[in-house]
Amino acid sequence: MSALRPEENAPSRVAEAVLIVVALALGMGGMWMVGYSLEDSLPEGFWTYSIVLAALAFTAHIVLRLRAPYADQVILPSVVLLNSVSMATILRQDLVDIDGANASRHLMWTALGIVVACVVLFVIKDHRSLRRLTYTAMIVGIVLVILPLVPGLGREINGAQIWIFIGPFSAQPAEFAKIAFAVFFAGYLVANRDTLALAGKKFMGLQLPRLRDLGPILIVWAVSLAVLIGEKDLGTSLLFFGLFVGMLYLATDRVGWIVIGLVMFAGGAVAAWSIFTHVQLRVNIWLDALNPDLMDGPSYQLVQGLFAMSYGGMFGAGWGEGYPQYVPFAFSDFIYASLGEELGLTGLLAILLIYLVIVQRGLRHAVGVRDGFGKLLAGGLAFVMALQLFVVVGGITRVIPLTGLTLPFMAQGGSSLLANWIVIALMLRISDAARRPSALPTRGALADPAPAAVGGGAIEVGGGSPVQAETEAGAGGGTMPEDSTQIIRGVDR
Amino acid sequence: MSELTFTLLRLGYLVLLWVFVLSAVAVLRRDLAGPRTPSSRRRRPELAGPAPAPTPGGGAPRAPQRGGPSRLVVVAGPLTGTTIPLTSSGVLIGRAPSCTLVLDDDYSSSRHARIFPQGGQWFVEDLGSTNGTYIGEERVQGIIPLAPGVGVQIGQSVVELQG
Repeated sequence: MSALRPEENAPSRVAEAVLIVVALALGMGGMWMVGYSLEDSLPEGFWTYSIVLAALAFTAHIVLRLRAPYADQVILPSVVLLNSVSMATILRQDLVDIDGANASRHLMWTALGIVVACVVLFVIKDHRSLRRLTYTAMIVGIVLVILPLVPGLGREINGAQIWIFIGPFSAQPAEFAKIAFAVFFAGYLVANRDTLALAGKKFMGLQLPRLRDLGPILIVWAVSLAVLIGEKDLGTSLLFFGLFVGMLYLATDRVGWIVIGLVMFAGGAVAAWSIFTHVQLRVNIWLDALNPDLMDGPSYQLVQGLFAMSYGGMFGAGWGEGYPQYVPFAFSDFIYASLGEELGLTGLLAILLIYLVIVQRGLRHAVGVRDGFGKLLAGGLAFVMALQLFVVVGGITRVIPLTGLTLPFMAQGGSSLLANWIVIALMLRISDAARRPSALPTRGALADPAPAAVGGGAIEVGGGSPVQAETEAGAGGGTMPEDSTQIIRGVDR
Repeated sequence: MSELTFTLLRLGYLVLLWVFVLSAVAVLRRDLAGPRTPSSRRRRPELAGPAPAPTPGGGAPRAPQRGGPSRLVVVAGPLTGTTIPLTSSGVLIGRAPSCTLVLDDDYSSSRHARIFPQGGQWFVEDLGSTNGTYIGEERVQGIIPLAPGVGVQIGQSVVELQG
């Protein structure tokens, strides 16, 4: 009940600052230990990295104080922690000259990511303004997904065609398409969720949607299959489809959509498996990783990652004491394995919990924010981060077949860092809107002055909230989700 | 760096990592703990205090009787199907965003009518609306008792109490 009530107190920004200090201390401690373990001295550039990271983190903190004073106070420190621990990991690999690991580049992209996040917080004063971009976002998303397939622009690297090259720069547009699709789905679903939720027959206890309402889900399914086939990118395809199905469920509260989504995904996956050899290989690697025939070739990376994590054990080998040189791409795709090697299971669980905190905050603010679009956007962004985490960590730990996604904020790679910092900026913006005190009550709740006049006694402010749950879930017909935004708009502006 | 120092630093690092996690969770604790909020703590004694000897006609409103109606349902109009669980505080209906049931209807007043319990019985009261509140053909004047299943016309909508 009162979980739906907006939090009354202004969040303590001091707590945020303290947590940022701890997060930076962990990043600096990691770099310090790396240096002393490998070279018995401070690593080269230690102060540069530390000072730049601290300056960036506190810039973001100040921007939040100025532009979003009610924003969540835990998200930023958590992300700063993940980013600075990954800084230490990549610096460590850079010190032993692992091909590709480049700490200064990672720092540069981190800086760019934080600056862009601050700019987003400055430019987007109200997340509802994004709703106007619903269909623009769809087109942007589809263009971004298709870009790597354009001849001359895209190039196949390590078996997947997910990169574009423009002059000296390269990027993975799918990371940005993720945001565009979240905006599109939120805008589309907030307008159409009633037909998706209410129309249709009941079958075996499931509310099945009408055939003509299946159009958009079929389009998204086709796009994600095209990604799978054209770009040979299992992870991104799973991410887009999962995002859409997850947001459909958020919007309509109908389990039927999840069932349909899972069936369609299973069908697509089995079809892809029977047609494409690279998918078959992925599955073989997953099921039979330790097979000597595969171990020297295709499953080498996965198996080395498993060895690394097992070497780490419970408490890890310690910073600088692992062997990341044996794990291919230990700085990007397999950074999770090299963290496990040096921090152990204890460290990995802490890191997973930090991700959990970020996702929980996203979902919590989806509950708290007043407009349907914001709810869906925050919920979708949090869900897609959780799903990405599951796909990456599941792949490395052999829970699911390995796919090429990056661990948000940790893997070295500009597109991933930049895109995820933008996601965080949007989450912070929505959390600010969710907790900013407003003269308006949460839809359906009684306004503060009203209870005395109406109820003739003490009434819990939360008492009216179930109404919001009912109406927001689209229990009513017709215009409900629309006017939940409009009512607020009409008075606000 | 000696083996011992390194081991201590290594474990200390993990401890600090968990300190971060736990303090982040501590900041969220109020959120995760659910409904234990300062405002409800403050109000509970007020409600609990007079509870053993409820004073009829005054003080805190009594909760509706067991077996009485449990929800208000919109049975006609643009919001058909909307359900509102009934609480002891009653339901305020109108166009104002502060109402419990917000109607987007030009024929309804901003604070149109309220439906509330008293002494185990539900009542409907017209709050001086322009177009009136009707039960059947009859316009509601002042406060009248409302039985479950009886439709109340407010603007273009009809609401009724259901068990």
